[in-house]
Amino acid sequence: MEAALKALRKAPPTALFGMAIILFYVFLAVFAPIISPYGETEIVGEQFEDWSPDYLLGTDNLGRDMATRLIYGARNTIGIAFITTCLAFMIGVTMGFLASTLGGWVDQLTSRVVDILMAIPSLIFALLLLTIFGTSMPSLIIIIAVLDSTRVYRLSRAVSQGIVVMDYVEVSKLRGEGLWYIMKNEILPNAMAPLVAEFGLRFCFVFLFISALSFLGLGIQPPTADWGSMVRANADLITYGILTPLIPAASIALLTVGVNFVVDWFLHKTSGLRE
Amino acid sequence: MSQILTMVAQRLALGLLTLIAVSLIIFLAVELLPGDLAEAILGQAALPETVAAFRRELRLDLPPHERYIEWLGAMMQGDMGRSLANNREISELIGVRFGNTLFLAAYAAIIAVPLALFLGILAALYRNSLYDRAINVVTLSSISSPEFFVAYILIAWLANTLGWFPSISNVHEGTGLLERLYRTALPAMTMTLVVVAHMMRMTRASIINLLASPYIEMANLKGLSRMRVIVHHALPNAWAPIINVIVLNLAFLIVGVVVVEVVFVYPGLGQLLIDSVSKRDVPVVQASCLIFAVTYILLNLTADVLAILTNPRLMHPK
Repeated sequence: MEAALKALRKAPPTALFGMAIILFYVFLAVFAPIISPYGETEIVGEQFEDWSPDYLLGTDNLGRDMATRLIYGARNTIGIAFITTCLAFMIGVTMGFLASTLGGWVDQLTSRVVDILMAIPSLIFALLLLTIFGTSMPSLIIIIAVLDSTRVYRLSRAVSQGIVVMDYVEVSKLRGEGLWYIMKNEILPNAMAPLVAEFGLRFCFVFLFISALSFLGLGIQPPTADWGSMVRANADLITYGILTPLIPAASIALLTVGVNFVVDWFLHKTSGLRE
Repeated sequence: MSQILTMVAQRLALGLLTLIAVSLIIFLAVELLPGDLAEAILGQAALPETVAAFRRELRLDLPPHERYIEWLGAMMQGDMGRSLANNREISELIGVRFGNTLFLAAYAAIIAVPLALFLGILAALYRNSLYDRAINVVTLSSISSPEFFVAYILIAWLANTLGWFPSISNVHEGTGLLERLYRTALPAMTMTLVVVAHMMRMTRASIINLLASPYIEMANLKGLSRMRVIVHHALPNAWAPIINVIVLNLAFLIVGVVVVEVVFVYPGLGQLLIDSVSKRDVPVVQASCLIFAVTYILLNLTADVLAILTNPRLMHPK
């Protein structure tokens, strides 16, 4: 705990800025119903009303309060991206560790399958699968998680290949520990640093990916509030010189920048400690 | 020399294998549907006779491997079947649009590649300087922004406030080259901004990597001029990573075009793909995905082959 505080005090301003952003977004997401003035899908006024004390950021194309939608959007977009990234890591890390621990044909088979999956650009692949399975929330989460787990697989396999050959893993095998025990208690703790950094980067990627899909009308479906679709639905305002629709887009960019700053610092720190 | 040929041949064979596997995936993905395509499209209320007729029309009554071979053969001859939504020939729908997409991607690439290489090499040479740090923050924010954010900022600024460019890129077959360049300026700029950031960071990283190698230090210690070190010592070995960076980003451009086309209502393949996904027009989605995937794989393949061909260690074997 003390070491963590010490590290925090030494963190560069960019990392502190990134952490502040992340905390702010998490706060918005958790307390969305308390902070927001109206309900998520509540129609409160006319279409496209101006900024006013009643509607802080005006209203959207259906007369819903923009500020409310923005706050709920934090909850939905970030929540879904987070769940998807977690799922991608569960699949990717398990497969990657299995491939490197078992080796042989398991490794060959999974690696070749991943090679082929990665040969198709993920946006194109996701669009193909969304056509087939439809754009419901569960299929969105599972499709993106599976596509993204290929990247996680590559990294966790590479990292754990360096760990599997260590003496302590050998000792653990001789002691008769099972595969699951070795993966969980010997490999995972030693692979943590690069995996945590990768989690941040993958989260950004997934977050941008889902926003892009929602913007295209194929991601999170209405009436659920979401930043990507908010931009698209209100984009007409931009041609009239009203920049409100840029706020959700900017919110996406800001969070991604924040996470990237923190990851940069973390990578710098953990790689510095190793050298 | 024969060593190079073997390596290139191996890489090409692997590429061909990947292409076949990818076409299989795109074809077979439809088989994952619960029930089949006919049921999914016609809905549960459809009469059994209608479903049966539809199946015959789509040749769903044949086993999958026969249909795959037939589909692939027809695709290679340019016959992509008919759209389910409007029954038009898919090749007709795709032809012009794919040309438009390639035009836009090439337009962006012509601006982006020299710019990114120049900025990246500069950042590597003056690393940790104020310029390097500033450009690091700028490129990071650019990478972090969704493409549509960049696009709408450009629309709000260059199209609405200043009125320099149109915010909608409507081109058709009769549009002349200059007019076309003018109308697609904003989408091209959007893609340039997004891709320059990536390309620049990759260029910077590969050059820094190179400058850290012992033979460059040796050249510096011999007292050679900075210019000579870079042109004669660093550059021959830098070609492979630089070409790699360029081609990878071209592949990225081809795919990144999808969102940008939608923002600017540009009649390209990306927009057709998005429309067809929302209509669940499976044959069109399959054909467009195949075209995108093949372009992407071929570009990656080119990157790998060029990297082998420009590797000085392979070109001058001992």
